[in-house]
Amino acid sequence: MAQDDLSRSPTRRTLLAGAAGAAASLPILANATSPKPSAASANANANVSLALNVNKRAWRLTLDPRTTLLDALRHHIGLTGSKKGCDHGQCGACTVLVDGRRVLSCLTLAVSVQARPVATIEGLASDEQLHPMQAAFIEHDAFQCGYCTPGQIMSAVACVEEGHARNDEEIREYMSGNLCRCAAYPKIVAAIRDAAAKMRA
Amino acid sequence: MRPFDYRHSASRAEAIRLAASQSSAVQFLAGGTTLVDLMKLDVMQPAIVVDINGLADELSDIRLDGDELRLGALARMSDVADHPDVRREYPVIAQSLQLAASAQLRNMASLGGNVLQRTRCPYFRDVSWVACNKRNPGSGCSAIGGIARSLAILGTSEACIANYPGDFAVALAALDAKVELQGPAGRRVIAFSDLHRLPSDAPHVETTLLPGELIVGFNIPTASWTRRSLYLKIRDRKSYEFALVSAAVALDLDGDVVRDARIALGGLATKPWRSIAAEASLRGQRLTADLARAVAEVALTDARAEGDRAFKAELGRQTLVRALLQCGAMEI
Repeated sequence: MAQDDLSRSPTRRTLLAGAAGAAASLPILANATSPKPSAASANANANVSLALNVNKRAWRLTLDPRTTLLDALRHHIGLTGSKKGCDHGQCGACTVLVDGRRVLSCLTLAVSVQARPVATIEGLASDEQLHPMQAAFIEHDAFQCGYCTPGQIMSAVACVEEGHARNDEEIREYMSGNLCRCAAYPKIVAAIRDAAAKMRA
Repeated sequence: MRPFDYRHSASRAEAIRLAASQSSAVQFLAGGTTLVDLMKLDVMQPAIVVDINGLADELSDIRLDGDELRLGALARMSDVADHPDVRREYPVIAQSLQLAASAQLRNMASLGGNVLQRTRCPYFRDVSWVACNKRNPGSGCSAIGGIARSLAILGTSEACIANYPGDFAVALAALDAKVELQGPAGRRVIAFSDLHRLPSDAPHVETTLLPGELIVGFNIPTASWTRRSLYLKIRDRKSYEFALVSAAVALDLDGDVVRDARIALGGLATKPWRSIAAEASLRGQRLTADLARAVAEVALTDARAEGDRAFKAELGRQTLVRALLQCGAMEI
């Protein structure tokens, strides 16, 4: 594990108390600058020092290069909104945005996205104002257990911004990478249709 | 996942030099959607991972250049699928990409990585099955005699029946695409059909890539049949699923007479499966349902469809019939 890993795993309580609380021991850079990745790296298994830009905040971490972006977010930065479902790119629960595009954080090595902006569910609302997609999911009751919901919402925001939410059929096709074992699909489609109109307005 | 040495390279020459130094133990990392998955499953065990995403600026072109379409190896599937020139001039390319994977995976996966994706054979992906000639050369094949409904009926051998799972490569095979490679000895261009190997008695050797060689891009000629082309994909669920059977079809018609045709099949073969014999049986003929059926018989003549994958021969024929008739009816 990383040398400056958060040995005290953040609990749900500490996270609720303040997003930065659990990660206070990590130095936070003033700017999202990163060291230039070097071709000359250390031996296998050696930790790597890297900079991540998550929700417009910069983090400097020392990680095992095997660490996925999902595990870096959840275990090293303390942002547990992105969920680990299958951990093999099949369920979409770990969906985040990198460079504004939706990707699967479980198949992304953290070291490979240095300095590129990462957006997670925790950064979606502005102050106390929910993003229209979050509000629509609540309004339409578009979940039951909620485990897939952060991934659904991040994927849905990107789906609308890509221009792939023009009708229900298109929403279903372009959201097919996000599975919901509670099968809340009809309500998810309704929420996205509703939010898409508000986002375009 | 086993430990590996991570290298990031912003220079093509350096990336190739790194990869050539210990070829069997080095993997290039682009989208990572195959590599990271298979490293987690312990199917792939590279000692060195060379991240080539720093080359994206020079290898992501999507360009229609008079007589050909140029696609850089690091162009992402989603960008090519959505590109208006590709959609208009090469529908089969755009559709093969759009019908693959999910929106997230298409945003991640590069074209070069996409064509090199590994089989979805369940016995290959699960290392608890010791016998797999792809993973452990000479160990045997657990799929033969096992649950094999998703696997190949064309191009198989006694050593392996794993199918090639991709879609885009099937479109490339149909359209006479070329693939540009760069390695320690310089650049070379080969026919895309020559990139993948049949399993034969060495299923672990899947491509003709030389040690350290990197896919740089694809050139797809513009021809009289590229506009009238489509990709038909048949699968167990409507979206986000690999093909049981697929057909890439392109036609040049004079009225209802076929001047020329290109046909490739996916899902049911060990490599992207061009059928030149089927194309020949179309040429100069009026495109009718009867002709399409006869062409489909030709395309599947060599199929060895046994046991739980016996259905794939007839599914393949019906898929090709439908693809040919839909392609013939396209308004262009």
